[in-house]
Amino acid sequence: MSLERFIENFTDLFEETEPDTIQATTRFKELDEWSSLFALSVIAMIDEEYDVEFRGDDIRNSNTIEDLYNIVKERVE
Amino acid sequence: MAKVTFHGVGIKALSACVPPEIVSNRDLGYLIPEEEIEKTINNIGIDQRRIAAPDVMASDLCFKAAQQLMADNDIAPESIDVLLFMSQTGDYRIPATSCLLQRRLGLPRETMCFDITLGCSGYIYALSTAFAYASMEGVNRVLLLDGETFSKIVNRRDKVDWPLYGDAGTATLIEKGDYGDSTFMLYTDGSGENTLKIHAGMRNPITPESCVEREQEEGNIRNDLEVFMDGMDVFNFAISKVPKSIKRLLQETDHTIDDVDYLVFHQANRFMMDFFVKKLKISPERVPYCISKYGNTSSSSVPLTISSELNGRLDGTHTVVLSAFGAGLSWGAAIMQTRDCNVSPVIEY
Repeated sequence: MSLERFIENFTDLFEETEPDTIQATTRFKELDEWSSLFALSVIAMIDEEYDVEFRGDDIRNSNTIEDLYNIVKERVE
Repeated sequence: MAKVTFHGVGIKALSACVPPEIVSNRDLGYLIPEEEIEKTINNIGIDQRRIAAPDVMASDLCFKAAQQLMADNDIAPESIDVLLFMSQTGDYRIPATSCLLQRRLGLPRETMCFDITLGCSGYIYALSTAFAYASMEGVNRVLLLDGETFSKIVNRRDKVDWPLYGDAGTATLIEKGDYGDSTFMLYTDGSGENTLKIHAGMRNPITPESCVEREQEEGNIRNDLEVFMDGMDVFNFAISKVPKSIKRLLQETDHTIDDVDYLVFHQANRFMMDFFVKKLKISPERVPYCISKYGNTSSSSVPLTISSELNGRLDGTHTVVLSAFGAGLSWGAAIMQTRDCNVSPVIEY
């Protein structure tokens, strides 16, 4: 799995946020569109695209998109 | 693995009752920023909920539903052998609420009554219990009353739980008859005990402190006698377990998703159910929803959805799958052939 593809999948979830504002180092909880309900879309995307179980604490303990990617990567492998 | 199959028992009739008081999620400005309200409503799929008055209990809603069912189907109280009450919001800690309902419904003293307590998965478990008793020699009819008034155990300033939960009571009549096979598959994972919990009880005794409201995670307010839910963990649990449990049930009973006329989910939230529909590749018109009108009514949501959306649509023979999941963690699914199931429309208390 690649970080670029993960960022693309993550970016696809947003409707209002400009795609080029989202990068590996983006602190996703600071995005205007982010909410606890939005987190459910991320969990669903990770289940669908990577077949990985993602818990609330995984989201809570992550700050950047790369942090999320690293957890998923670890579990895929 | 608990996979249980029953022969010659089925659901004869079903009814539901909700409180008349409507609470709109558009009035949650005090809890959710105004600009996020519409988005939240779209996401969870809940416009409004029914909230019981302070003196109306789950047992009252179930009582009305049962009266309606007995009147609509001409059921004599003496013909009921077993009464089950499934709820986490019963009248008292002692005695069991089913005993009180035996008297109120005028059922004979020979009626066997007991309560079952489980979270949102409760209806599937209680229905399997009802089917089990109805299969036994000496029992012909079982009346299953499933009702919840979560409004009494959710804090109005808890933004995770308050927009979701509504109150309802339901009645289901199970009996011996010319029914096809029904199969239930039931699961448990107690390692998820903290995902959905009321902290105070026996292990953490109730003290005056338990009643004090405190600011908890992310600014949510609640006391120790009110429900906590980790929404993200529940979501992760549901999406990883529910579609698989349905696929497995179909596989084990030699069905495909196309054989299913109706798939009734526990109405947890719309986003989650839409995800299941996509994942299972079932056509959406076979999946009834009533969540926009009534919210998440915990274990009563499956029979409430049948009453609200399938009344008049269960004449003849249909293949129906029921699926529910919740606190415990606990989940399960059932497949059955309904035959001329008489579903009464939802009534108001």
